[in-house]
This record gives sequence, C-alpha cells and structure tokens, in this order.
Amino acid sequence: MTTLVRTETRLFLRDPAPVLVAVLLPAAILAALGAVPALREPAAVFGGLRFTEYFAPSLLAIAIAATGLQMLPTTLATYRERGILRRLSTTPMRPSAVLSAQLSINLAAATAGTVIMLAVAVGVFGVPAPRHPLGFLAAFVLGTAAIYGVGLVIAAVAPRARTATAIGSVLLIVSQLFAGVYLPKFLLPDVVVRIGEDVPPGVGAFQAAWTGAGPSPVQLVVMAAIALVSTTLAARFFRWE
Amino acid sequence: MPVIEVDRLQKRYRHHTAVHDVSFAVEEGEIFGVLGPNGAGKTTTVECIEGLRSPDGGRISVLGLDPRRDRAALRDVLGIQLQSGELPERLRVAEAVHLYASFYPDPADPDELIDRWGLTGKRDAAFGKLSGGQKQRLSIVLALVGRPRVAILDELTTGLDPQARRDTWSAIEQIRDAGVTVVLVTHFMEEAQRLCDRVAVIDAGRVVALDTPSALVAGADCTLRFRPSVDFPDALLTDLAEVTALRRTGGRVEVIGRGDLLTSVTSTLARHRVVAAELHLDQPTLDDAFVSLTGGTS
Repeated sequence: MTTLVRTETRLFLRDPAPVLVAVLLPAAILAALGAVPALREPAAVFGGLRFTEYFAPSLLAIAIAATGLQMLPTTLATYRERGILRRLSTTPMRPSAVLSAQLSINLAAATAGTVIMLAVAVGVFGVPAPRHPLGFLAAFVLGTAAIYGVGLVIAAVAPRARTATAIGSVLLIVSQLFAGVYLPKFLLPDVVVRIGEDVPPGVGAFQAAWTGAGPSPVQLVVMAAIALVSTTLAARFFRWE
Repeated sequence: MPVIEVDRLQKRYRHHTAVHDVSFAVEEGEIFGVLGPNGAGKTTTVECIEGLRSPDGGRISVLGLDPRRDRAALRDVLGIQLQSGELPERLRVAEAVHLYASFYPDPADPDELIDRWGLTGKRDAAFGKLSGGQKQRLSIVLALVGRPRVAILDELTTGLDPQARRDTWSAIEQIRDAGVTVVLVTHFMEEAQRLCDRVAVIDAGRVVALDTPSALVAGADCTLRFRPSVDFPDALLTDLAEVTALRRTGGRVEVIGRGDLLTSVTSTLARHRVVAAELHLDQPTLDDAFVSLTGGTS
C-alpha cells in the first residue's frame, strides 16, 4: 500500500499544471489582489472588512473543487476506461486501494492549498486567523466531503474519461461561480449569494467561521447530507471495469 | 495431478451463451493452448479460471483452489496477462514493476526481471512512450513478478510485428523452462504449433478437439499431386486405407488422404511400375486442422 501511494503521488506530481492550480492558485490570487493598496483598506461594501478578508473564504473553494471535481473523477474514470483497475484486479492488491490512494492524495493537495492560502492571508496580509477554528475545521471537512462525494458520483456514472472531465468542468465552474471566485459576492445577485452559501463546498460556512459568528448548524448539516447522499450513490453505481 | 481442472464449464450472458460445455485439464509444466476463432468463448473461459467472472455451471479448480471462493489465495500464485489492460501513461517501466512487486508476498527481483526481458534501456521510459512489443514485454514482466506457479497469457502476440512475435515466443519458452505452467490463449495457429504441448480447440462455446498440435495435424487431410508415367485404375489407390479421394485433371492425379499418405501411395505405384513425376505433397498445418475442426475461418 505504501508503494502504491508513493507511486500514485509521483504520477500526480508528474502532471504539474493541475496540481499548481489546486495548491498555489488560491494563495497566488490572494497575493495579487493583496498587492493592490486599496484592497487592503476596510470598506463598507465589504461589510466593514478589507477586501482580502472578504474574498479569502471564496478562494478556499478553488483547491477543494479543483481536486474533488476535476482531478479525482478524471483520474478514476481514466483508470477504469483504460483497464488499469482491471489489471490491478488480477493481482493481490484490490482496485479499491487505488481509490483510497487517489482520495488521500487529492485530499492532501486540497489541504495543502488551504493551509498555504491561510498562511499567506494571515502571515502576509494580516488577515485575522479564523475566529472559530473548530467551526472552520468542521466547514472544511464537511464541505470537502460534499465536493468529493459529488466527484465520486461523476467517476461512477461517467462512461468515459472525457465525459468525467466534461461533467467535472461544468460542476467546477458552477461551484466557483456560486462561491464568488469569479465575481466577488458583492457583484453577484443576492439570490446567487444565498444559494451559493449552501453549494458545496459551502462558502457560507467558511465565511461565518472565519470572520463571522461561526457556521450555522444548518449549513454544516446541508454539507454532511450532500456528502452522505453522494457517497452512497457513488458506492451504489461505481463500476471497476 | 493437474494444475488446472475445468469441468463442464458454462457461462451465459444476457443474450447469448458464451460457453456451453468446456472441460479440460492442464498438467504441471506444460504450455497449454486455448485456440478458437474470435468469439468462440476462449477469453470467457480463461476469465472464469482467473476468477474474474463467475461461471453459471460446472466446476473449476486451479492448484486446488476455487477461483471465486479462494480468489485472494489464487492471486498470489496466478500470473495473469489480460488481452487489454493498460497502465497510466506517465508511469515508468521500473516504477510499474516495483509497484506490482510490492503487491506480492514473495516477489521476484524487479530489476533482474526488467533486465531478463530486455527492458533495461527503457527503465525510465513512460508507459505511453513504449512500442507495442515493449508494452507486451512489460505486461509479461508484471504477470511474472509475483513468481506465479501458473501464468495465463491472453492474445499475447496480437498486434505485434513478426519479429516481436518471434521474440515473445522464445520468451514464453523461457517462462516454461523456469518451471511455470503456461496457458496461452491465441488464434494464431503458427504460434500454437510452435509453442504448445497440447491445445484445446474451442468453437461456439464447446471443446471440439483436445490433443497435441501434431496429433491434430495428423488428423487433417493432406494432398499429394503427381503426373503418372502410365495410366492406372483409380481403385489401385482408392483401396488404400490412407486415401479418402482421388481426382484426375488432364494428365495429373490428385490424391487426398491422411496419415502416411506419401509412403503408402508411392510404394503402391512402384509395385505396379508406375513412375510418379512432378510429385508434390501439401502437408496440412494446424491451420488446416483448425479449419476442418471448426468449419470456419481462424
């Protein structure tokens, strides 16, 4: 199993572009915006926050969704389409071990992207650390579980790797739009912002845990429910060959 | 005791029966061929042996194990090369072999295998950059890295150029010489004739012949053509046990028969002072035997 995880990690890093997007892009965007002096001043339109503080929770969605909706399902669907899982089933190693390895590696990348973003926000731009660390952790874990559950459903139902990539890309765009990554939330219609709070990975809960009064139980329960339903569906429909 | 026993195997898919009734036994240390036209049920049969599919009827035993019930134990002793089955594009040769070695309790030395199969120069090449022959060799290495007692190789040389095919053949003999029992699925007669100790010919889900390649060939018709120096009555040759038919075209005679046709015909002619000029014998190949057994094309 260690050789499998090590080998899969090497393969993961051998295709650097998507890894860089997932791990470094959130911090890079924050750094670029933070370099603009005006965006470091508190403003009423951002609820009295500085833009960096206001925007940072949205950026958290990038690492989680890029790994969970794009990299994970594409890799798994490719492995199935090309008979890689089937070949594995001829050995003592179970194909499900590849699934576990891929989940762990993508989770590690998403976590790294989140930690780096937090470090840049707090360490470089003086954004206060999350006010509710436990709530923040809960929001991250459940939001990630919801996104990865959806990613596994894509991997389960997509007949071909290209279909998985296509579905993943559409859902990635949707999740990023609702998270306020493309347009900061003050530019989005209220209804989009409202829905967006509960679209995985649940930027509403990130925001509340970081700068607000802590994530509401409803927000967390919604993410947990999405995670549970999607994982159940994926387990029901996943095919190894 | 046979290494593999297949007894009245049956496998149905939704709309058709792929395997009606297949029985055979593979002895330790032999190269056993499973032959048949495309769609005959060869791959389904070996997939049942490998435990990748559940049979609908019959019994299979591999080294005393039931492929479905003892699947985990079977994986340690069975090396499987699938008809299709790739690796990640960017995975390198040495990484793949080391990875697969890590799955087994007592693997062979990966570097030694890579060397023996002529892949040392490609150790650091990505799977996606390998040629067809190199991919096949890697595929064999992966099937052997767990030190299997039985190796099942499915359509190993399909898509290879003639040189790569010949290289692969000598490689398979190497595997057998190392003490591994080999089951070879193929539709190349030349391959079976060259390599296999015994073959099972499967057609439309049934075993239609089970013998050594030379015995199968001996059972097929051969044709003898010659120009007789003087005329002779047909019965002179058609009365011979080896002869099944005789045709005349112009001044030439064509005799069709089995077994030692040449000796029998020429000695009879000589006794009757008939000289056979322009004598030509068409020896049957396994191909001919196969066509007459399956009544179709290979």
